Amino acid sequence: MTLLRHTPKEITERKALAINPAKTCQPIGAMYAALGIHGCLPHSHGSQGCCAYHRSTLTRHYKEPISAATSSFTEGASVFGGQANLLQAANNIFSVYEPEVIAVHTTCLSETIGDDLKQIITKARKDGKIPEGKEMLGASTPSYVGSHVTGFSNMVKSMVSTFAKNTNERNGKVNIIPGWVEPADMEEVKRIAAMMGVDITLFPDTSGVLNGPLSGEYRMFPEGGVTIEELKDSGNAIGTMALGEWCSADAARWLDSNCKVPCTVLDMPFGLKATDRFVDTLRVIAGTSVPDSLAHERGQLVDMISDMHQYTFGKKVAIWGDPDQLISMCEFLVSMDMWPVHVVTGTPGKRFEARIREITKDLPFDINVKAGGDMFLLHQWIKNEPVDLLIGNSYGKYIARDEDTPLIRWGFPILDRVGHQYFPTLGYKGGLRLLEKMLNAILDRKDRDDPEETFELVL
Amino acid sequence: MHGPVGCAAYTWDIRGALSSGRELHRLSFTTDLREKDIIFGGEPKLEAALMELIERHEPKAAFVYSTCIVGLIGDDLEAVCRKVADKTGIPVLPVQSEGFKGSKREGYLAACNAMFRLVGTADVSDIPELSVNIFGDFNIAGETWIIKEYLERMGLTVVASVTGDGRVDDLRRSHGASLNMVQCSGATLDLAKMIEEKYGKPHCRVSWLGIEDMADSLYKVAEFFADKDPEIMARTTELVRSELEGILPGLARYRKDLEGKKAAVYVGGAFKAFSLIKSFRHLGMEVAVVGSQTGTAEDYAELAEVTDPGTIIVDDANPLELQEFIKEKDVDVFVGGVKERPIAFKLGVGFCDHNHERKIPLEGFVGMLNFAKEVHASVMSPVWNFVPRREKRHRNAGKECSHDR
Repeated sequence: MTLLRHTPKEITERKALAINPAKTCQPIGAMYAALGIHGCLPHSHGSQGCCAYHRSTLTRHYKEPISAATSSFTEGASVFGGQANLLQAANNIFSVYEPEVIAVHTTCLSETIGDDLKQIITKARKDGKIPEGKEMLGASTPSYVGSHVTGFSNMVKSMVSTFAKNTNERNGKVNIIPGWVEPADMEEVKRIAAMMGVDITLFPDTSGVLNGPLSGEYRMFPEGGVTIEELKDSGNAIGTMALGEWCSADAARWLDSNCKVPCTVLDMPFGLKATDRFVDTLRVIAGTSVPDSLAHERGQLVDMISDMHQYTFGKKVAIWGDPDQLISMCEFLVSMDMWPVHVVTGTPGKRFEARIREITKDLPFDINVKAGGDMFLLHQWIKNEPVDLLIGNSYGKYIARDEDTPLIRWGFPILDRVGHQYFPTLGYKGGLRLLEKMLNAILDRKDRDDPEETFELVL
Repeated sequence: MHGPVGCAAYTWDIRGALSSGRELHRLSFTTDLREKDIIFGGEPKLEAALMELIERHEPKAAFVYSTCIVGLIGDDLEAVCRKVADKTGIPVLPVQSEGFKGSKREGYLAACNAMFRLVGTADVSDIPELSVNIFGDFNIAGETWIIKEYLERMGLTVVASVTGDGRVDDLRRSHGASLNMVQCSGATLDLAKMIEEKYGKPHCRVSWLGIEDMADSLYKVAEFFADKDPEIMARTTELVRSELEGILPGLARYRKDLEGKKAAVYVGGAFKAFSLIKSFRHLGMEVAVVGSQTGTAEDYAELAEVTDPGTIIVDDANPLELQEFIKEKDVDVFVGGVKERPIAFKLGVGFCDHNHERKIPLEGFVGMLNFAKEVHASVMSPVWNFVPRREKRHRNAGKECSHDR
């Protein structure tokens, strides 16, 4: 078999060609974000293939039903504009599926022919296509700009710019924008806030939407998700915490400048230090203190790191995924004396490379980092400098197999394993889980590879 | 894939179409068009990408897929492909598959148009009279290999398989085969018709799913060659007999547990629905709900004829409707695609993937046994005893779901 043995070690610069992408396009991010609104049906304003692919990918990742609609562009719509399609769709959707809200995102096609979502939604409202008490919001998500992360950010920003109002009645709550994390991670943010006694508005919130139980009933709109009322009220919060510059900062800054809700942009709370900053910032904004129970969880994480640091020290890691997640994960790795030697995100942007270089500046060598890179380049780097561990989405399994290197699945999409729906990797508890996964991978490999005379029962 | 990154990312190695070759199709190549390319055109980027790719991997031919945005900005794919073909000396074929042009059906036609350019470009003098092409099979889980083995046992030479485990060199001489066997009419019927028109080689429709359709298809092919090879019918009869002998005892064992259980079938094309109805009958099961996304009026009339009275027949149903039908008929297993699987499970109903994500071959005689095994495993799973809605049903019936395997 020659599977993926098509990757040569010699690296030549490619300008026109991407091989094995480490990103996908904007709309799926907008779709995922929209699923974090209660009673929301995401709507793809483009050809039907886009919507089908996003739904299939999210279905494979979550193993949950994913509902979404499409404007089903034809040749005619591509010439004359998709307004008629969208108005008709809104009418049908509200009468057949009865969602609370429709969240529309554009595609490369509708963007390029110049469809103006704001104008179409206004017209829908005027023409009575949106029933009383129901809502519609839109985000511009051209596929040829940024990546899936950009699309997520654009939809989250639209949530506040469409709904948030400052009515001069501070509600005492803190907005937390978690970014593109798993439903389990969003649950963990809420749990930590509850431990600290802070009243928060979390958006988007896919917990309860994409990790629901088997109930014997299929519900198109499960219990979870942030409500439109909560989004409206986010303009009255005492502060906003945006977790992740790429995913969440735009929405937080919009609230800051338009609703006078002061914002703080933080790294996503993966790993010890980023979680420390998250907890500390939440404490300061809410004017509360850190409970012993949370300090206890932190202590447990530090305890496990110390117990096992002889096995993590100097381990080389190749890691790929999205900028916000990678920044925190690299910091976590470095704080455990592990070495992220190859770092790739498909999302373009030089700031990312600068951040990763800053985090890794004390390592005894220069690392490889690339924004706008792909899995082919990553594989070439690994061929030139092998690693002990791979951390990233399922697309790494080809490299894992070819190079015989253990892979920890973390990121999006995960198409061949489960667990990410239910177990957080965020916060101190999530840090414990991440570390457990890394140690299992490293020690399983050690047990497999050690010669008999050094194969040991106790590690 | 000439377009924005998503078009390539979402189609990257998502089908279990197995290959005995280089596995190059399991990599994803894209021009990853950016805003600048949309404004100034993507042709230079496409040319550079193709040149680099062809130089590195030295393929026998290259297919270039057009996407929505490429059709919209008017990149001249044809011209770029011609230029690259001239420079590299291999066929570079545009596939005009812009998403807004229509459904999958139009995409199939675009692919057939591209593939037809290769047909007739190689010598066919050594192809024997008793030869066929396998069209419309994708070698999911190695199914084409099963069919190919049957055909070879019948004494036939398989010239080309399109597109499962297909080869450019085979496609070039596919016009030399005496008969084109077309499954999945939507996908490759057009190619068969093109070959028929230009090279006078006839085609016949086949289905490799289920016992009857499988056997009928082989007999149909044998019939076609009967005057050239008087022994072929006897060999085919023997093949069917020995294959059935191999699977019938196994089927009977599964049938014991499945007798009287109910299925819901919701598939893309109607041809598959017909085969499935017959297959479920062999398991003693009733298809209580049946539907397709692309069925025609004639398809539904025929479905009404072959199903039992009271069967719900649906056209392009939404998930809420499917849920109602499944609950109303209290079905035990649902047959559908990737997006229906979690809906079935949420309802506490078993599932069989009969789409491109299936992991075991369901075609051929052995495929029928695999199908029975898969349906049995899902229908009889003890997990359904924990589902509130079904739990009640089992209580009412006064017995627990059988664990007898």
